[in-house]
Amino acid sequence: MDLFFDNAPTLWSGFRVTLQLTAVSGLLALALGLALAALRVAPLRPLRAVSMLYVELMRNTPLTLVFFGMVLVAPQFGIIPPLGFWTAVLCLTLYTSAFVSEALRSGINSVGVGQAEAARAIGLTFGQSLRLVILPQAVRTVIPPLINVIIALAKNTSVAAGFAVVELVATGRRLGQAIPGEAVTILGGIALLYLVFTIPAGLLATRLEKKVAFAR
Amino acid sequence: MSSVLYDAPGPVARRRELWGSIAGSVLILVGMFFAVRYAAGRGVFQLDRWDVLWDPPKNQSAATVWRSLIVQGLGATLRAAALAAPLALGLGLLLALWRRVPNVWLRAPAIAVVEVARGLPVLLVMLFGWLGFNMQPFAAVVFGLTLYNMAIFAEILRAGLAALPRGQAEASLAIGMTRWQTLVLVELPQAVRTMTPSLIAQLVVLLKDSSLGFIIGYVELLRVIQRNTQFFGAQYTVALFVVGAAVYLAINISLSQLAVRVQRRGSRRTAGKIDQNDAAAELPSGAVVLDPSGGPDLGRGRI
Repeated sequence: MDLFFDNAPTLWSGFRVTLQLTAVSGLLALALGLALAALRVAPLRPLRAVSMLYVELMRNTPLTLVFFGMVLVAPQFGIIPPLGFWTAVLCLTLYTSAFVSEALRSGINSVGVGQAEAARAIGLTFGQSLRLVILPQAVRTVIPPLINVIIALAKNTSVAAGFAVVELVATGRRLGQAIPGEAVTILGGIALLYLVFTIPAGLLATRLEKKVAFAR
Repeated sequence: MSSVLYDAPGPVARRRELWGSIAGSVLILVGMFFAVRYAAGRGVFQLDRWDVLWDPPKNQSAATVWRSLIVQGLGATLRAAALAAPLALGLGLLLALWRRVPNVWLRAPAIAVVEVARGLPVLLVMLFGWLGFNMQPFAAVVFGLTLYNMAIFAEILRAGLAALPRGQAEASLAIGMTRWQTLVLVELPQAVRTMTPSLIAQLVVLLKDSSLGFIIGYVELLRVIQRNTQFFGAQYTVALFVVGAAVYLAINISLSQLAVRVQRRGSRRTAGKIDQNDAAAELPSGAVVLDPSGGPDLGRGRI
């Protein structure tokens, strides 16, 4: 137990960086993902194609490769990203937005065609049918997958540990290397810090999903 | 979707869309043109920054470079994935069956293992192996990949089993099969067949995660690329990175496409029609589920 009290400031600062990474890139990824999803359902084909290409590329690329590209390859193009936190935010945002966009798209697609048809048939305008019929249903289906995307993001922030950001996992690696005998204990503590977020959030997502499935 | 919200476009709207499409394409092409010109201005496309791929400096042969990239780098990546995938599948199956034990207390450990393994970053699990249990980097990578993916495989298989019509098990029990026979001969074959697309899609995730070995000192594709740029000079970074990215994309996109194709072929030989959506409703977070419309729906997927 002393181990954790002695290293509390280090652990706390690592935890804070993980939280900040998750929150900042989460918000940015939601915004970018929304834009990508909007492009994806746009009537203009080239816009759809660009969004689809982006999402496909990102989904099939390891996040480590994205970081690698941003940190080691971008300078070759004369783009020197600020090392550390903001590079990590940039990479995580670019990567996560693809998954946000997919979650949103499949949510919108999951609203039955009949719903929109019925809305139009009873004389609702485009805006009304979107606002009163489609979106309320789409939002409900979209929230559980979005929570899962955020959980994945929280775990993915750990990749930043390999690229000069001292968040939780990097903190664990440092402490574990400094006190080899206690590595398991330290990493166990760090694992707990992740689990207090990921497990409740996962259960919440599952519960919401069941509720939505039932309402259908 | 686009046709749900508004009426089918008439001639005027269609003409407008055509012009919009042309304007959009032109805009994108102009943007690409400027990006390429900028890169060319930085000398990125000069041959002497790419010749490492066919005529490397420092008295090395192209064969050596490619051997290091493909045999050593990609080989190491695939080796880790090829060992972790069957291990994860086997353990996942075990966990999925364990979770079907009727007694709550007996099945609690399986639930706990799945929840914990799923809730941790793969990199942290690899660190556990590497620093905590003093494993070699290779073993640590396999350890991390196995632990995480076994939980996901368990969830996928469990969802597949749960989505089977109840009559299947009832019928087999009624004709006198034991519970074990019912499971092995009737339920599992159908569940595996339904969930094959999701299982394949999860392999993409596994392969992607093997690149985390880069961070804990496992010499895989990314590390080999980095070593090559250190040896030959930073001016070759772009060329070598493009090769690495192309390799990853080629493998992962083929696997994703395979998953979609298997999905389209459908589960003709399973009882009733198992809607992927039904199976998906049983699937808690973390697993990759495919869209019934054909496109892989990795929205739920771990990323």
